[in-house]
Amino acid sequence: MPEPAFPSIALGPLLPTLFVLGAAGLVLLLDLLPRRSGKEHLAAVGLAGVVGGLLATLWRWGSNGRAFHDMIVLDGLALFANVVICYAAALVILLSVDYLGRAGAESGEYYALVLFATAGMMLLAAAGDLIVVFLALELMSLSLYVLAGLFKSPLAAGEASMKYFLLGAFASSFMLYGIALVYGATGATNLERVGAAAAAQGHAPLLAIGLGLLLVGFGFKTSFVPFHMWAPDVYQGAPTSVTALIATGSKAAAFAALIRVLVVALRSAQADWTVLLWAVAVVTMTLGNVVAIAQSNLKRMLAYSSIAHAGYMLVGLVAGGAPGAGAVLFYLLAYAFTTVGTFGVITLCTRAGQEAVEVADYAGLARRHPVLAATLGLFLLSLVGIPPLAGFVGKFYLFAAAVRAGYVWLAVIGVLNSAVAAYYYLRVIVYMYMREPDASPTAWAPSFSGGLALVIALIGIVLLGVIPAPFADLAQAAVAPLLR
Amino acid sequence: MSALLSAITFLPAAGGLVLLLVPRRRAGAFRVGALLISLATLALSLPLFFGFDADATAYQFEEVRRWLPTLGVTYHVGIDGISLLLVLLTTFLTPLVLASAWHSIEDRVKEFVVTMLILETGMLGVFVSLDLFLFYVFWEAMLIPMYFIIGVWGGANRVYAAVKFVLYTMAGSVLMLVAILALYVQHGAATGTYTFDVPVLARWVLAPGLGQNLMFLAFALAFAIKVPLFPFHTWLPDAHVEAPTPGSVILAGVLLKMGTYGFLRFCLPFFPDASLAFAPLFFALAVIGIVYGAWVSTVQTDIKKLVAYSSVSHLGFVMLGIFTLNQQGLVGGLIQMVNHGLSTGALFLMVGMIYERRHTRLIADFGGLWKVIPAFSAVFLVVTLSSLGLPGLNGFVGEFLILVGAFQVSGWLAAAATSGIVFAALYMLWMYQRVIFGEVTREENRGLRDLTPREWAVLAPVIVFIVWIGVYPVTFTGKTEASVEALIAQVQGKVSPR
Repeated sequence: MPEPAFPSIALGPLLPTLFVLGAAGLVLLLDLLPRRSGKEHLAAVGLAGVVGGLLATLWRWGSNGRAFHDMIVLDGLALFANVVICYAAALVILLSVDYLGRAGAESGEYYALVLFATAGMMLLAAAGDLIVVFLALELMSLSLYVLAGLFKSPLAAGEASMKYFLLGAFASSFMLYGIALVYGATGATNLERVGAAAAAQGHAPLLAIGLGLLLVGFGFKTSFVPFHMWAPDVYQGAPTSVTALIATGSKAAAFAALIRVLVVALRSAQADWTVLLWAVAVVTMTLGNVVAIAQSNLKRMLAYSSIAHAGYMLVGLVAGGAPGAGAVLFYLLAYAFTTVGTFGVITLCTRAGQEAVEVADYAGLARRHPVLAATLGLFLLSLVGIPPLAGFVGKFYLFAAAVRAGYVWLAVIGVLNSAVAAYYYLRVIVYMYMREPDASPTAWAPSFSGGLALVIALIGIVLLGVIPAPFADLAQAAVAPLLR
Repeated sequence: MSALLSAITFLPAAGGLVLLLVPRRRAGAFRVGALLISLATLALSLPLFFGFDADATAYQFEEVRRWLPTLGVTYHVGIDGISLLLVLLTTFLTPLVLASAWHSIEDRVKEFVVTMLILETGMLGVFVSLDLFLFYVFWEAMLIPMYFIIGVWGGANRVYAAVKFVLYTMAGSVLMLVAILALYVQHGAATGTYTFDVPVLARWVLAPGLGQNLMFLAFALAFAIKVPLFPFHTWLPDAHVEAPTPGSVILAGVLLKMGTYGFLRFCLPFFPDASLAFAPLFFALAVIGIVYGAWVSTVQTDIKKLVAYSSVSHLGFVMLGIFTLNQQGLVGGLIQMVNHGLSTGALFLMVGMIYERRHTRLIADFGGLWKVIPAFSAVFLVVTLSSLGLPGLNGFVGEFLILVGAFQVSGWLAAAATSGIVFAALYMLWMYQRVIFGEVTREENRGLRDLTPREWAVLAPVIVFIVWIGVYPVTFTGKTEASVEALIAQVQGKVSPR
């Protein structure tokens, strides 16, 4: 009688994710233990998990792991995205410690959910199969829906959570329907086999509709116009630390998965989706920037700004090839540091016992807290794209890829958009430096871990701005094998 | 390979960052520290002048380092006869400006001096960069300190002026970024080497046609806004009037020159065909600017605004000289850049001094100042005459050379431009007459203090150079002629025959 053959399970490619998931489980367990006060130890466990994930990612660097019948593909793309996600998650955890305490919403579930969301993001970036794409997306999204509504008191938080959940569920169902149609058309959910079948079938209607619906799902997570409606309300209503995670980590994961789907499963239709994304990029950049001008709430303004930045990244996808996709990855890294930093400053500012979220709350900040104002100023200048900060180099790589691929007019529209964007970012600087504080000035809630997060982010944007070459080259090398 | 240029470029910013670490209790320490740093920069830059080989046409004091090898970006700096004078003008004006702000800037002195020093690094970087990426980095980065100087230390309407300045300039320069990338890609596709290196790109012959014209226009727009060439000048009066005196001096003295420098360094050698094709347009705009700027200056009631509009007129002369594309015109344009920096810089300094005393800049609030403050009036006379182009002072040399150059292109053009000189005499002397001569009309003006030793120290160096260039310009033009000849030869060698 033959021995039953157990399939060998290679856990190596899952290692980074396992660290994060393990930390999540540990947080849930530790939270059950009776303890008088404080949740700092849970934050420490969470941080350790994320840093472990980061180290495991770096350890696996250069390797190309596959597991579970190619359902998990931990290649360069996934590893690079993991670095972005882990950095973003680590900074968010650092920011959360004192922020949650001040908001009176300290809870163990928070850290567990952040870790689950992070694990979902990492899986999403490494998903080699549509089923895993969906599962990872749900793991990430469900955690984030709950996190968005964590603050029960303000009405906006409830609205944010509800809106995020309803629209998110809607988008997920689109995606699931798309996956079903793709499976129907090709008999496969594995991205490579879908790609091979798509190349053989040409423009089969069933497949085209399925892939289109798939893109709708991604469009929601990466907030392309017209699937961006949720972003302003969610960014505004969610706890600021959660907003930072949604803006950076989930966007990085979704972009990584989108790149994989586009270049692996949809390569044969590149000419079609390039035209489509060209138009979406133009509309997304322009709408995000133009509407951001009218915002008086800083978090809402940053929501529209993040829509616009998604548009810039689409320029890189349109440009295509290793330069384009590599530029997107580099931009995700630069954007993660910048955006977590910007939201991080917001978490530290309070006015009259409330979080300072109105642009007007920052009037005269430079006089009272010059270091904090200068920090926020640098993050905003990086968002504008002023050299020598990370945002400039990121945009430079994106637009260089676009021009090199022949999309000169797309680059023109992109740079004009970044000139428009300068107006609303500089408006915040105008308030900080060129107006006087009024009766109830904005105060700074000192926080060691929050300050540490800001310092790391600041070092990040300067380093990526001054010596970007090693990181940009790594990003290009990470996607190059996929595009062969 | 010497690191002298890098040392000069980054010393101010490095010094500024060190000053950031000093606690803000004593404002005086920042003033002295910043002045010393800028003086050290000036001292470091003197070897550039004395060590500069006037006969060589190649770039000197070059330094090349790897930066972004995969993109073909290098850290490449160097100067030739065109950038030498502008670098020296920058290092010369910055200490004067810091000294002039001794009492006029009382609020946030620490931030002010650090911003000024970072601005100096940005300006120097623009003039020494020989890599388009590096150039663009400095070009954009320099906007931000100027934005703060106008917006934080400016006048009543400062925020509007600052935001207008940044948005206007940025809108122009982002298109230049696309043109830089397009040039880079075309050069790479044609030759196989992808590089942003300016000398390499300048040697390469770009095929004439729509592509070259569009790239030229994108570069030209960025530079024309900075110059500012009519009709892109509307940001300038706002920025100049609202900026504090140090900001106005730097703006007029150095920042505007970046635009004209850009035309010389990039537009002409990269896009010779388009430059020639569009030359008539630029002649027309330059002459309109000369006359329009002069007319508008005439009717100003605010001295600072008058000086601001006169800049539009003077920079029109520079643009005219550049697009004549002959030896006299280009050398004249180049020396006129320096002249304008000195004369208009000095005018802004003196307007600032009188504003510090009376807190008004309206012509109508003055009169008969010669009787009260004779030394101030005498120096003001020299500066006024220099600005309107009196022979024997610096302005004459530049304008004369430019007109000689323009005559070779078209007699009508030169005639129209010459009217600008006549109007300059009108608006400058009329303003001078109303402010300085006559009876003392206001009681408040009777007790004014004459120039203090510190103000003498600020003005004396400028006066020395105003006279020096007026009497013996060869000291300075001699350094530029070889480079200008080489530039003209390069442009003519690259133009495709038609």
